[in-house]
Amino acid sequence: MAYLPLADQEQELHHPHSWVTKYVWSQDHKVIAIQYGGTAIAVGCVALVLSLLMRMQLGFPESFDFMDPNSYYQSVTMHGMIMVVYLLTALFLGGFGNYLIPLMVGARDMVFPFLNMLSYWVYLLSVLILMASFFVDGGPTGAGWTLYPPQAAMAGTPGHDMGIILMLVSLVVFIVAFTMGGLNYVTTVLQGRCRGLTMMRLPLSVWGIFVATILGLFAFPALLVSAIMMIFDTLLGTSFFMPAVIESGTPLDHNGGSPILFQHLFWFFGHPEVYIVALPAFGLVSDVLSTHARKNIFGYRMMVWAIIAIGGLSFVVWAHHMYVSGMHPYFGFFFATTTLIIAVPTALKVYNWVLTLWEGNIRLNAPMYFAIGFIFTFIHGGLTGLFLGNVVIDLPLSDTYFVVAHFHMVMGVSPVLVLFAALYHWYPKITGRMFHSGMAKLHFWCTFLGTYAIYLPMHYLGFLGVPRRYYALGTTDFIPQSAQDLNTAITIAALFVGTSQLLFFINIFWSLRNGKKAGGNPWGSASLEWQTPDTPPIHGNWGDELPTVYRWAYDYSVPGAHEDFISQNTPESAEPTVDEQHFDPDIDQPLADV
Amino acid sequence: MSFIKNIAVKPWERKGIIGGLRPVGTFDTAPEKVALVFFLVVASVVFSLFTVSYIIRMELPDWRPLSDPAQLWLNTGLLVISSILLQWARTIVQTEARKHLISAFIGGGVFAILFIAGQMNTWQDLQATGNYINANPATSFFFLLTGLHALHLLGGLWVWSKSSIRLIAGSKPEEIKLSIELCTLYWHFLLIVWLAMFAMLANT
Amino acid sequence: MALAVAIFLLVVGSIFFHFAVPYFGWWFTDIAADWGSIDFTITVTVIVTGTVFVLLNLFLAYCVYKFREKEGHKAVYEPENAKLEVWLSVITSIGVIAMLAPGLFVWATFVNVPEGATEYEVMGQQWQWAFRYPGADGQLGFADTALVTESNPFGVNLDDPRGQDDVVVTGPEMHLPINQPVKANLRSNDVLHNYTVPQFRVKMDLVPGLVSYLWFDPNKVGRYDILCEELCGIGHFVMRGSVVVDTQEDFDTWIANQPTFAETQSRIAANPAADQAQYALCATCHGAAGEGNQSLNGPKLAGQSAWYIERQLNYFKNGVRGGEGDTNGAVMAPMVQTLATDDAVRNMAAYIASLPDTPAPTTVTGDIDNGYDIYDRNCAACHLDDGSGTWYTDAPALAGMSDWYFVTQISNFRAGIRGLHRGDNYGGQMVGMATAMSGIKEIQDVAAYINTLK
Repeated sequence: MAYLPLADQEQELHHPHSWVTKYVWSQDHKVIAIQYGGTAIAVGCVALVLSLLMRMQLGFPESFDFMDPNSYYQSVTMHGMIMVVYLLTALFLGGFGNYLIPLMVGARDMVFPFLNMLSYWVYLLSVLILMASFFVDGGPTGAGWTLYPPQAAMAGTPGHDMGIILMLVSLVVFIVAFTMGGLNYVTTVLQGRCRGLTMMRLPLSVWGIFVATILGLFAFPALLVSAIMMIFDTLLGTSFFMPAVIESGTPLDHNGGSPILFQHLFWFFGHPEVYIVALPAFGLVSDVLSTHARKNIFGYRMMVWAIIAIGGLSFVVWAHHMYVSGMHPYFGFFFATTTLIIAVPTALKVYNWVLTLWEGNIRLNAPMYFAIGFIFTFIHGGLTGLFLGNVVIDLPLSDTYFVVAHFHMVMGVSPVLVLFAALYHWYPKITGRMFHSGMAKLHFWCTFLGTYAIYLPMHYLGFLGVPRRYYALGTTDFIPQSAQDLNTAITIAALFVGTSQLLFFINIFWSLRNGKKAGGNPWGSASLEWQTPDTPPIHGNWGDELPTVYRWAYDYSVPGAHEDFISQNTPESAEPTVDEQHFDPDIDQPLADV
Repeated sequence: MSFIKNIAVKPWERKGIIGGLRPVGTFDTAPEKVALVFFLVVASVVFSLFTVSYIIRMELPDWRPLSDPAQLWLNTGLLVISSILLQWARTIVQTEARKHLISAFIGGGVFAILFIAGQMNTWQDLQATGNYINANPATSFFFLLTGLHALHLLGGLWVWSKSSIRLIAGSKPEEIKLSIELCTLYWHFLLIVWLAMFAMLANT
Repeated sequence: MALAVAIFLLVVGSIFFHFAVPYFGWWFTDIAADWGSIDFTITVTVIVTGTVFVLLNLFLAYCVYKFREKEGHKAVYEPENAKLEVWLSVITSIGVIAMLAPGLFVWATFVNVPEGATEYEVMGQQWQWAFRYPGADGQLGFADTALVTESNPFGVNLDDPRGQDDVVVTGPEMHLPINQPVKANLRSNDVLHNYTVPQFRVKMDLVPGLVSYLWFDPNKVGRYDILCEELCGIGHFVMRGSVVVDTQEDFDTWIANQPTFAETQSRIAANPAADQAQYALCATCHGAAGEGNQSLNGPKLAGQSAWYIERQLNYFKNGVRGGEGDTNGAVMAPMVQTLATDDAVRNMAAYIASLPDTPAPTTVTGDIDNGYDIYDRNCAACHLDDGSGTWYTDAPALAGMSDWYFVTQISNFRAGIRGLHRGDNYGGQMVGMATAMSGIKEIQDVAAYINTLK
C-alpha cells in the first residue's frame, strides 16, 4: 500500500486549550522555535558576559578582583561551550529550523509535534544542568571547551570534580534533545513538503538546515561516545582515555588509556560542528541576500551541491585540529589536503553571494547590511583558515591568538551577523510588526566595525606568537609592551561591542508594541513562509487549505512579470496545472530509492 | 540514481506542479519509519565509533583479552528467538490476520527481557570473578558495550509494552500494524548489532 | 552607499594595518632556527589570501555601490552561469594548490628527522619543564611515569645501562649547541603540555603515555622562552622555561657541569648531624627549634621540607633572593655564606627538616570564607588541599608555618620583589599566581584560612 503523503493528510494538530498549553507546553513549532531561540539567546548572554570578563582581565591585568586564574579558565571553557553548542547550534537548528522548516515546506507543523516539544524541554534541562555547574562546589569546569583528558578530570584544573561531570552530563542530555529535534527536521523536510514542492524548489535556508541536521545526527554521536567514556573514566575508574599519570605527586589508578583517542572522537564531532553552525547560516544568508537584492540566488544548483559537498567533506578533515597533538605526523599530509579542498566549494559559495548582488537592485536595509557584513567577515575568516589548515603553517600559529581570531571571525562573528540578519529579516513574520530600522542599522555599525576592530589586530598577536588561554602574559623575551597595549585596545572594542548588543534587545522589545504593522509580506519575498494567510501565522499555518507550489523560491525580477517577485504559490495560469509537457517519471514519482 | 538526477535539474526552468496533484514525500512510506531508519543510522554511528575506539584501545600494550562467558551463547540464542518471534508477528499482521499475533508479539518481547536478564547474570558472574568494570580495558568495554546495547533494547521494550497493552486491550491489527513493523525493524537492528559486537568481543 | 564606502575603507585600512604592524612589533619574532621554509610558506599564503581578500571585497563594495536600489531600476534575471562558476572553481583550485604544495613539501621535511640529529628529552609536568640529554653513549635510558619518585623525577629505569650517563636538568633552563640539528623527544608525567619556542617556529604536544617529537636546527645564539601552549590546568600561563643556544664550546662546558643520572642516584644521603653546630647562628632569629620569631623577622622553619629549605638557602647564597627591596632577605644573605659547600647546605636543610614541627602561633586574622574560596580555587592545585605542599609541583608547606611571613612573601611576589630573578626557577610562577589575591586584605584572608589547616 502506498502511504498517504503527509501533507495530504489532515494532520491532527494538538490545539491548545489554555494559556499553559499555548505558550508553555506548546506543540506548535513556532512557539517551540521562540522558546528555543529565547533560551539560546539568554544563555548566550551569559557567555557574552563571560567573554567580557576575560577581555577585562587581558586588557587590564590585575585591575579587577573578580578574575583569578581559576575563574579565568572557567570563563574560557563555559564561554566556548555555550557559544558553540548551546547558543549557535540551538538557535540555528532549534530556533530557525523549527520556525522556518514547516513554513517553508508548506506544512502545518513538524511531523512529530510532541517529540518536538519534548526536544525543547530536554534542551532546557541540559541548559539548566550546565548552569547548575556555576553553583556547585569547585564551580564549572575550566578544562577548555575541548575538555581534553587527562587534564579535565585531574586536580589542577578548575571544576575537576563536579564541574566536568555536570558538563558531560549536560552534553549527553543536549545530544538527546538534538536527536529528537533533528529526526523531526529531517523527516519533515523529506516527507512533509506540500504539493509541487520538490527538493530543488526548496529555499536554501531549508537546504542548509537540512544538511546541517544530518551532519549533527552523524557527528553528535562522536561527542556522546567520548562523553560517556569520559564519565566512566571519571566516576568508575576505567582507563579509556586516562594513561598512567601523576596527580599532585600521587600516581593515579589509571593505566594505558589514550588521550589522543579522545581528541580524535572530539574533533570527529567538533569539525562537523563548525558546519552544523555554518551551513544554516549559509542558507539563511542566501535567502536574505536574494530577497533584498531582488535577484535570484546566483547558481542555485551549485549552492545546493556546495552545501552537500561541504557537509560530506567536513567528516574527513577533523584531524586538522590535531596537527601538533602528537598524533602520527603522517596524518598531516592527508588532512591538510582535504582541508584545503573544502576551501573550493566554500569559496564558490562566496562568489555566488557576491554574484547575486551583481546587477541586482540592492535594498540596503538592516537585514541586508548584516548579510553583506557577513560576506566580508566570512571572506576574512575563511582566508585565515587557509593558514591553519595548511599543516606546516599551523606549527607556529597553532595555540596562539591567530587561532582565536580565526575561529571567532569565521564561527563567531560571521554566524552571529547572519543570526541578526535573519532575526531582523523574519521579525515581521514572527511578530507582525516592523523593527526600528535606524536602531537596527546603528546596531549593525557597532557590531560590524567593532568586531573587526577586535579580531583584525588579534591575528597579529598570533603572528607574534602570543599564546592563547593565558590568564596573564607575564614577562617574556619576545612580547613587547605594545602587545599589551593592543590587548587593552581590543578589550575596549570588545566592551563597546558587548554593550552595543543592548540596541538589539531594546529594538526587538520596543518594536513588539511600537513597530508599525508589517503586513504579510513586507519584503516582497517569493518564498512560501511569507505567503501565510495570517501574520504572525496561527497554529496550523495555512488556514483551510495547504499551499501548492508552482515554482522555485527565487523568482525575483522575472522579465515580463508585473511585480519584481512572483511568490512560490503563484500559478502560471488561473487553474492549477500539472506540467504535463515536462513530465519526467524519475522526478515526478516518489523517490523510493534515494 | 534519481537523487543525482533530481538535484541536477534547473528548478527555474519548470513552472507548474511537479509530481502530480498530490503531494509526495521523498520516500513512499510512513514518516515514523523514515525517522526510525534515521535513528538506526545514528545508533549505528554510535556503535561504530565505540567499535573504532575498541580497536584503537586494543592496540595499546596494557590490553588483556577477556575470556568470554559461555552464557553469552545462550543469551544470543534468546535474542535470536526474540527477533524470529517478532518477524512472525510482522508476517501475521501483514495478512491482517489475528491468529497467534498476541503470542508472537508478546513472546518476542518476553524473550528480549530474558536476554537482558541473561546479560545481567553475565555481569554478575564477571564481577564475582573479579572482572570489575575498571579491572582492565577489555572488561570496561564489555560492560560499556553490552550495557549500551541493553539500554537500547529497553527503549524498544518500552514501545513494545505500549503496543502490547493496546493489542491485549483489543486494538485491531491494522491499528498497530505500523508499531509492530517498526518494533520488528528495531529488533532486527539490535540483533545485528549484538551479533557484530559478540563476534568482536569473542575474537579479541 | 555608506556600506560600500565602509567595506572599501576596511580593505584599505587592513592593508595599511598589515604593513604597519612590524613597526609596532606585532609580527613574527626573528627566526632562530633553520625553518625559513615555514616562513616562506607563510609569505606565499599571505600573498595569495591577501590578494583574494582585497579583490573580492573591492568587488563586493563595487557591487553594493553600483547596484544599490534605484527608482525604476530592475535587477537582471540570471539564474546561473555555469561557465563562470567552473572558471572560478579552477582559479580557486590553482590558488589552493599554490599554497598547499609548498606546505606539504615543508611538512615532509618536518616529519623526517635528519640523520645525525642529536636527541634530548623534554619532560613536562604541572607546571614546569625538565630536560634530559643522552650523555656519552648518545642514547637515552628507558623512562616511564610509573617509575617517577622524588629522587628520580624523570622515572628513568634504574637498571637500564643506557640511562646511567644521561645528563639530567631539573631546572627550567636548557642549552643547545648552535647549528646542530636536534630532535626533541617529548614526554609528560600528567596532562597534555606543548613545547613551544616562538623563535624556532615549531611546536608539539607532550602526551602522557607516549613520546612525541619535533626537530629543528638552531642557528642563532641567544636565550629564548619556552612556553606551554596546550592548556594544562590552572598554572598553564606560568609554565615557563628557557632555552639557551650556545656556541659548541659554551655548550660543552655547560653540559659537563650538569650531573648525570647515576650521580644523582648515588649521592650520599644528607647527614642532619654533620653541620648541626652551624644552626646556632640560625637559631638567633629562627629560634632554637626553628619555631620562628616574628619580632626578629625570622619565619618558622620546622615543618618545611628539606628540598625547599635547600633551594632557598642556595637562592640566598647566590643572590637570587635578598635583592633590591627585600630588606629582611638582605639580612639573610650573608648568614648563608657560612655554609660553604653544597653538602653543608644539604646537611643544614636536612637538619631543619628533622626539627619537631609544632604549628606557629596565629598572628593574622581575616575573612576565612573568602580565604578558603581563593585558596581552594587557586592555591590548592600546587600546595594541596591541606596546605602541606609537595615536591612534585615544587610547592612548599604553608599549613602551620608563620602566617605573617606568608603575608610578607605574597606581598613581595605581588610587588615583584621576589620571584622575578632569572635564577628563581619557580618563584616566577608565584608572581603570576599571587594576583589571585587582589590586595593585602585578601592575602590576610588566605593566611587566616591557612591557619585553620594546621
